[in-house]
Amino acid sequence: MTETTRTKGVSRRTLLKGTAGLAGLAAGSGAITGFPYVKSADAKVLRYLGTAVNEGDDIAKQCLKDTGIKIEYITATTDDVTKRVMTQPNSFDVLDTEYFSLKKLVPSGNILALDAKKIKQFDNITPVFTKGETPGGKKIGGQGTAPWKVLYLEGKDSKKFATSPTEFVTLIPTVYNADTLGIRPDLIKRPISTWAELLNPEFKGKASILNIPSIGIMDAAMVVEASGKYKYADKGNMTKEEIDLTMKVMTEAKKAGQFRAFWKDFNESVNLMASGETVIQSMWSPAVTKVRSMGIACTFQPLKEGYRSWASGFCVSKGVSGAKLEWAYEFVNWFLSGYAGAYLNRQGYYSAVLSTAKAHMEPYEWAYWMEGKPAEKDIKAPDGSLLEKAGAVRDGGSYEDRMGAVACWNAVMDENDYMVRKWNEFIAA
Amino acid sequence: MSEEVLQQATPGLIPGSGTARAAKPTRLSPSFISWLQAGPMMLVFLAFFLIPLVFVVIVSFWDYNEYQLLPAFSGRGYTDTFEGCLAQLPDLCTIGKTYLKTLKLCFMVWAITLFIGFWVAYFLAFHVKSKTWQMGLSLLCTIPFWTSNVIRMIAWIPLLGRNGLVNSGLMKTGLINHPVEWLLFSEFSVVLALVHLFTFFMVVPIFNSMVRIDKSLIEAAYDAGATGFQTLVNVIIPLAKPGIVIGSIFVITIVMGDFITIGVMGGQQIAAAGKIIETRVNALQFPAAAANAVILLAITFLIITMMSRIVDIKKEL
Repeated sequence: MTETTRTKGVSRRTLLKGTAGLAGLAAGSGAITGFPYVKSADAKVLRYLGTAVNEGDDIAKQCLKDTGIKIEYITATTDDVTKRVMTQPNSFDVLDTEYFSLKKLVPSGNILALDAKKIKQFDNITPVFTKGETPGGKKIGGQGTAPWKVLYLEGKDSKKFATSPTEFVTLIPTVYNADTLGIRPDLIKRPISTWAELLNPEFKGKASILNIPSIGIMDAAMVVEASGKYKYADKGNMTKEEIDLTMKVMTEAKKAGQFRAFWKDFNESVNLMASGETVIQSMWSPAVTKVRSMGIACTFQPLKEGYRSWASGFCVSKGVSGAKLEWAYEFVNWFLSGYAGAYLNRQGYYSAVLSTAKAHMEPYEWAYWMEGKPAEKDIKAPDGSLLEKAGAVRDGGSYEDRMGAVACWNAVMDENDYMVRKWNEFIAA
Repeated sequence: MSEEVLQQATPGLIPGSGTARAAKPTRLSPSFISWLQAGPMMLVFLAFFLIPLVFVVIVSFWDYNEYQLLPAFSGRGYTDTFEGCLAQLPDLCTIGKTYLKTLKLCFMVWAITLFIGFWVAYFLAFHVKSKTWQMGLSLLCTIPFWTSNVIRMIAWIPLLGRNGLVNSGLMKTGLINHPVEWLLFSEFSVVLALVHLFTFFMVVPIFNSMVRIDKSLIEAAYDAGATGFQTLVNVIIPLAKPGIVIGSIFVITIVMGDFITIGVMGGQQIAAAGKIIETRVNALQFPAAAANAVILLAITFLIITMMSRIVDIKKEL
């Protein structure tokens, strides 16, 4: 028995050796004679790291159809996207992230600026990003990390933001919006016109703010300024004293029971509002749309002090080069060519290149979403579900009115570390 | 046939083991065998617990900036954490308040899960006579674990909300005129959810200790004229102590580190030790997060040490 096994063992080993040799030969011959490498027949694949905002399935499908590039989404929250860029820069190819995180990402050296000359539509990108004004010429508030402050780098591998345009672009803009408070008009039953209402004792136990420090602090600052308690030199870059003061106001309100809850993700904000737990809170545009599509009245209320804005865009991982880099340019160019822009506009966001998006939208859609005109027909979401009946007008009105009224941008402050500690203190109070 | 296949798969082993067999008993000492038995678990522990823990401690003493760790010795993670603790006396600083709150929640959850867990285990161990029923009922207890933690927690929200099932029920019966606000996003809802989630961790070890109590001891107590209460206090509780301590360790360690349940059920408004770590990690301040983790670990370890002072688990097992 033992002997038979032994012989079998030997024969098995030789067999293994043989196979390995054959495999090696095959691989070698492939390399030498230049047989078609199996991988090259595969689709062009890009790993796309970002938040759920832009990552629509329809966008990926259309992209594959138009360019042959297969997009693999890696979805994470804003904080986790940044964390991933810092700790695993090789785990993605294309990065879609917000401008305010650039203050952390650029010095880390883990991302690669894109070449403006290779972006076909670069000159058509809305002046919101390049000049800080609307196409109609309205100056936009620049407090916080406004995109035009961090749009260009001094050189290809530079870690310094350039003050005048260069060809090295940190993030090619994709999507942005102007955020404000969401309210339940059916429960409040009176007009709301200022950020100060968030701390109005009338809404005690029915207000909420978002618990993401770098965004929540901006909403808090809007409230403090609106209530006339303090005027900041730059809300987006507070001094330690200003942070203390802001958190003191918020802490007092919290202790008095003003807030029902804080929220951290999109769905939490929808649930709070839809269930009537809160009637006034910081909110994001598509969350308001979602509450409304549940048949519940909810308004994305324009306020006299203006909006808090945010913007995001594309760059690539430092590990991307060669053919992959070309695909990345091809993808970014495709993204700006209209289909994706129209898709984003139909969700209530704004696209970076307005002209191409317009070409992909029906005139009545463009009039409703971008010009602030009453809807001629029913307004549908990209998935075909009904958003607004004919005759409805978008909250806040036209693109000019909304983006022109932006007061500040999401920000990473110089005193970010201190702010985060104070925010923890606010939660613990 | 199958034997042959097996031997084909491991051709080298059989002759080799044949030669080693004779020498084995003399060569391996009993202590070596026990090391061998404990070895795999020890290696897993070393690789996935001790080494990462050492890293956490090391990183907690590093410096950091906006975007990277600076591997230079710095106590900043700790000093920042205790910022203002001396200046604010006699008021508590952030970390003090946070730990006080965490300990308070932890104590409440521990006391309630212990009470419920003890009586459920008592019922299973002493009132259910047949082994089959005991098994069946304790398996029944595990059914909630078939769904995720998060779902079981979130399921409370529609029940407790302002317009939730409980409030609308109470309003309809006329017991209250206005919805009760403290049902949700309050300490009450946090404790409720934690008790719901973790009572079972108390039931199992206590039940395990109780079924091993020799029934003749209880009969002896009865024969000696002890009342039911005396038997409970003098016989059952002392003998169930190891189970109580093990269950308590489970519950306390889980609740001390929890931030998801406290976050969701507390409406993100209640501070927790774990929450501080989460915020720091999200702000990419890893050394500060690590420092907080070390502090949390130290405090939890202290509690567990105190508990094992009361009962020597090693001896009891």
